[in-house]
Amino acid sequence: MNAIDKPAGHGQDGTGEAPLLSVRSVSKFYGTRIGCQEVTFDLWPGEVLAIVGESGSGKTTLLNCISTRLPPSAGTVNYRVRTGEMRELYRMSEAERRLLMRTDWGFVHQNPADGLRMTVSAGANVGERLMAVGDRHYGHIRDTAIDWLGRVEIGEDRVDDQPRAFSGGMRQRLQIARNLVTGPRLVFMDEPTGGLDVSVQARLLDLLRGLVADLGLAAIVVTHDLAVARLLSHRMMVMKEGRVVETGLTDRVLDDPQAPYTQLLVSSILQV
Amino acid sequence: MPTPLVVSDVAKTFTMHLRDGIRLNVVEHVSFSLKAGSCAVLGGPSGSGKSSILKMLYGNYGADTGQIIVNHRGRLIDITRATPRGMLAIRRETIGYVSQFLRAVPRVPAIDVAAEPLVARGLDVERARQRAAGLLDRLNLPERLWHLPPATFSGGEQQRVNIARGFITDHPVLLLDEPTASLDAANRDVVIAMIAEKKEQGVALLGIFHDADVREAVADTVIDVTAFTPRSATA
Amino acid sequence: MNATAGAIATYNFAYLDEQTKRMIRRAILKGIAIPGYQVPFASREMPMPYGWGTGGVQVTASILGPDDTLKVIDQGADDTTNAISIRKFFQKTAGVATTTRTGDATVIQTRHRIPETPLKSGQVLVYQVPIPEPLRFLEPRETETRKMHALEEYGLMHVKLYEDIARNGHIATTYAYPVKVEGRYVMDPSPTPKFDNPKMHMSPALQLFGAGREKRIYAIPPFTRVVSLDFEDHPFTVQDFGRPCALCGAEHVYLDEVILDDAGGRMFICSDTDHCEERREAGHAGEMLAGEAAQ
Repeated sequence: MNAIDKPAGHGQDGTGEAPLLSVRSVSKFYGTRIGCQEVTFDLWPGEVLAIVGESGSGKTTLLNCISTRLPPSAGTVNYRVRTGEMRELYRMSEAERRLLMRTDWGFVHQNPADGLRMTVSAGANVGERLMAVGDRHYGHIRDTAIDWLGRVEIGEDRVDDQPRAFSGGMRQRLQIARNLVTGPRLVFMDEPTGGLDVSVQARLLDLLRGLVADLGLAAIVVTHDLAVARLLSHRMMVMKEGRVVETGLTDRVLDDPQAPYTQLLVSSILQV
Repeated sequence: MPTPLVVSDVAKTFTMHLRDGIRLNVVEHVSFSLKAGSCAVLGGPSGSGKSSILKMLYGNYGADTGQIIVNHRGRLIDITRATPRGMLAIRRETIGYVSQFLRAVPRVPAIDVAAEPLVARGLDVERARQRAAGLLDRLNLPERLWHLPPATFSGGEQQRVNIARGFITDHPVLLLDEPTASLDAANRDVVIAMIAEKKEQGVALLGIFHDADVREAVADTVIDVTAFTPRSATA
Repeated sequence: MNATAGAIATYNFAYLDEQTKRMIRRAILKGIAIPGYQVPFASREMPMPYGWGTGGVQVTASILGPDDTLKVIDQGADDTTNAISIRKFFQKTAGVATTTRTGDATVIQTRHRIPETPLKSGQVLVYQVPIPEPLRFLEPRETETRKMHALEEYGLMHVKLYEDIARNGHIATTYAYPVKVEGRYVMDPSPTPKFDNPKMHMSPALQLFGAGREKRIYAIPPFTRVVSLDFEDHPFTVQDFGRPCALCGAEHVYLDEVILDDAGGRMFICSDTDHCEERREAGHAGEMLAGEAAQ
């Protein structure tokens, strides 16, 4: 977190591993209005970061800035590409960025219709990324799609159905399979359980938790739901009015919140 | 005897921003150390801050001042200043924790809940499950429950899953937050035996035990938490 | 009113004004320079409705010279309404010679077929194109499809073929079958049957494509690689009709089904009428003609 504030070698991770993503002083202004301001953090391989805050707190703006969907007004985002080289995302060519987005990254939208092709079959939805990176063997693409549908608990018999015929929870699981099929190292999720029934949410969260752990994915999850953050994330960042008001280990932030706003958020959760 | 963990001059205050910034001084000048192969027990009435101390050692609560130095992979690291990632590494390898309640994850079977810390350290899933099965068996958890998620278990059953999960690794430091609270006498004895084994293996333990019998049976030293009660109670 | 040699004096040669022709020729040249790339152009109103070949007509009008010989086909036939009216249009506005013989034509405007007679160097084949964008089926945004072409992101084309196989067990696309041109641009070959796709590959003739409503021109220069997209385990194949033409006996040509009566009688004949006539003139006879001769 504070790697740049500390003298080199004094990071207390004890691992010496390099971060996967380095975000430095990222700000986004809409005219005079602040989207997000001066956000700095590192993300390591296999680490899940939750960005929490209320609507309008800037968390989605920040997610879009980091995921190259919205150029920031200031600041830099560096990503360690598969060759091990650290690349500044907004200095890469558009072709490189788009390749990164459909191979090494995933993006799970709140509304599955934004991340799926609703008029092609589930199998083709999952297979698209494979075809995009040059897989030209129908049988292999189909087998891989069926395997991934199974991993998100969608039966093989649904492989030729269009997502239009799927329930909300199934669509979301399909979207996840579609993103993970190329073995990405970093997945962005924007309110992945938003708009789902509570029981459906629990199943999805549990599935996500398992996949993230099994695949060693790094993930940035934007959510306003602290329960989602607790279940999925290692680390949390609390945002208010475009600024980060508190960060830390997820259970530390939730159990011993320091910032007034975090205390308000935590105390607002309904206990069940 | 090696000293894997040293607490020096730690203080903890809760600032209640929602209540006009009232400051609750929980503990101050907390200083003690844990020795390998020995079990220390935090003593004192409820509300004296025992649980807060345990949570600070696990990085679950922040500390206002002082240092909590742990020997992690041969390096001395101050938990009060550790990065989240560093703290997770310490939890994975150096400091184990048996909490009072199991935070049950939906749909994960009991045996996998217990095996998870080993899997997180890279052990093969099947071998981790075998170890977990051995512990659950020893704690007399009926085998028919092993493959069910613990969310619907009774308090005592959940507690045993939790203990298995906490004891399955060979962490050099183990924190115990009333692990025997909801257990019957037979299972309490099992836990006492397990604690004794940990001591033999050179683990440094720190626990909170409300049950006087258990405390008597396991404690090598008692740390009187009332000594850390702040003299000035408000700010 | 001083009408000259067959052309209507009040119209410019071949209907379009010279400025427009220059604009279209520039688009054509750009298309030839970047094989398979869709060049936008300022499509004009033509005296026929969209869907009747306004794109092809504008391309033909821009490349036609007084010495050219024009052939117009629609679904392989020279004698259908569309073909006849376009042929007459250029007879009136350009006064050029017209023919039905593939070998005699210098410019052939076509809808839905490539002639069976192999094209020669110096010939130009002009296709009428309704929807030039092969990615449109799955990606409605023009900004996005342009970007996909620019960055060679063609995975989506295979999604379409995948869907075909998933639904039908084989690639069921039989016309407008996507091709990759010179290893770069994926192109819609207009609604020609996939049977004709192999004829585009390394053709000695220049192939020009005009889409009037969509305002796009693209081209395949002579001797350009044109490869139909497919999967390794579902390779591209052309239709096989399993029988010769009932009139001329030609094999391995594209056949049309003709219903003969209301009792299930039917025959299959060449879709390319000129090819069929030439063969019959040369003495070839299919089973239908052989039957008549016997009677």
